[in-house]
Amino acid sequence: MAPAPHGGRLVQIAQIEASPEKTKELSENLKVVISNETRVAIFNISNGILSPLSGFMSFNDYENVLDSMRLSDDTPWTIPLLLHVPEDFKAGTGDEITLVNQADGSPTAVVSFEESFSISKREYAKKVFGTEDEAHPGVAKIYSMSSKVVSGSIRAVSKFPLNATFERFTLTPKETRILFQEKGWKDIIAFQTRNAPHIGHEYVQKTALAFADGIFINPVLGKKKQGDFKDEAILSAYQALVSNYYPKNSVVLSVLHYEMQYAGPREAIMHAIMRKNFGCTHIAIGRDHAGVGNYYGPYAAHEIFKEFPDLGITALFFREFFYCNKCMGIANEKICPHPESERLTFSGTKLRKMFLSGERPPKEFMRPEVSEVILKMKDAFVE
Amino acid sequence: MAPQPPKYSTVSIPYTLHDRIEKMISKKTGFKSVSDYVTYVLREVVAMHESKEVPEPFTVKDVEEIKSRLKALGYL
Repeated sequence: MAPAPHGGRLVQIAQIEASPEKTKELSENLKVVISNETRVAIFNISNGILSPLSGFMSFNDYENVLDSMRLSDDTPWTIPLLLHVPEDFKAGTGDEITLVNQADGSPTAVVSFEESFSISKREYAKKVFGTEDEAHPGVAKIYSMSSKVVSGSIRAVSKFPLNATFERFTLTPKETRILFQEKGWKDIIAFQTRNAPHIGHEYVQKTALAFADGIFINPVLGKKKQGDFKDEAILSAYQALVSNYYPKNSVVLSVLHYEMQYAGPREAIMHAIMRKNFGCTHIAIGRDHAGVGNYYGPYAAHEIFKEFPDLGITALFFREFFYCNKCMGIANEKICPHPESERLTFSGTKLRKMFLSGERPPKEFMRPEVSEVILKMKDAFVE
Repeated sequence: MAPQPPKYSTVSIPYTLHDRIEKMISKKTGFKSVSDYVTYVLREVVAMHESKEVPEPFTVKDVEEIKSRLKALGYL
């Protein structure tokens, strides 16, 4: 049986009824324009990926998350989920707010107003990201937001727009839980990624898979940094890897629509919570998980799991892997005695340079079928 | 804004147990205090009990509908 959803319940929020009366009602509500990131978060709340949250955080939850990395009912939770509103926004008890999509002005969700409060953006940055440095992408983002926020539960949502390719690979927690049950899987490893797979990734996945019934490969799709692989490249590369190198019925490949926050250890816990809601029992955590630059220690994301005995999903910790010419295979510093000169490290920067110059990476670095898919794409990287 | 509830409560444990824990955590276990240790252990135990009481979050009807979609998508 899959682990219980986080906080004990899998949140499900109904879709906005499509009727002229409803459209009129929504147009009469207070309105808040939201970013694509908030829209994605609403989608994830509505289908239970962010359970037990059913809306935007209250002040009590916010303060608890910052100070204790827990919701106000003691449930582990490490990154606040806030609805930022303009500084002059005013609402009162009983008000309903229509959240409007920034891109086309369409209604995305209806929120029942509960309270409004102001946050200290510096405190947020320091506690969530461990730094107030504006060069950190997460810090820069919170500094760019309004400090006024509103809490409230989401009553209804509109259908999340997905293109046909991504829709086929988008599963909800309810669907994955039933899928795992039908497959007879009990021990399920989650693998979070934002990259096309090289041999090091495959090694981690297969090492974990050797002790489990199945692996849930769950690449993150959404806004990325310049030079990152594009969503289409990541998905196609994984399809090539899974179809050529994994036993049938050992893998579920499905995408997660989510914007990385680069909050390192705190974000690693959120990644685990989301995968627990999908029904996974374990999650692979590698070196510098959810990190950026040099803001976090290479294994800070391993250490933080010690603080959550009640997380309800077990982390499997992996160190950095490399290819060793002497060992003639993948190794890590714990099992390989050879000098660095014998080691080929899996550097994303090196890989990107090779692809941009039309060069095929060596087979010790990436499976030829995976390289082929990427080389065939005109623009595999975010510009 | 709602008033903040108190963050901590006091629970009584036997002095003998308190002393055993204090002695144990002094040997570099990473726990700062007896309270830290007791909180950690209780969270682990309570979560274990809570998770046993939660039924699967779907109905028989959900299963049939979702299985059809999963089959159509090639997952089953």
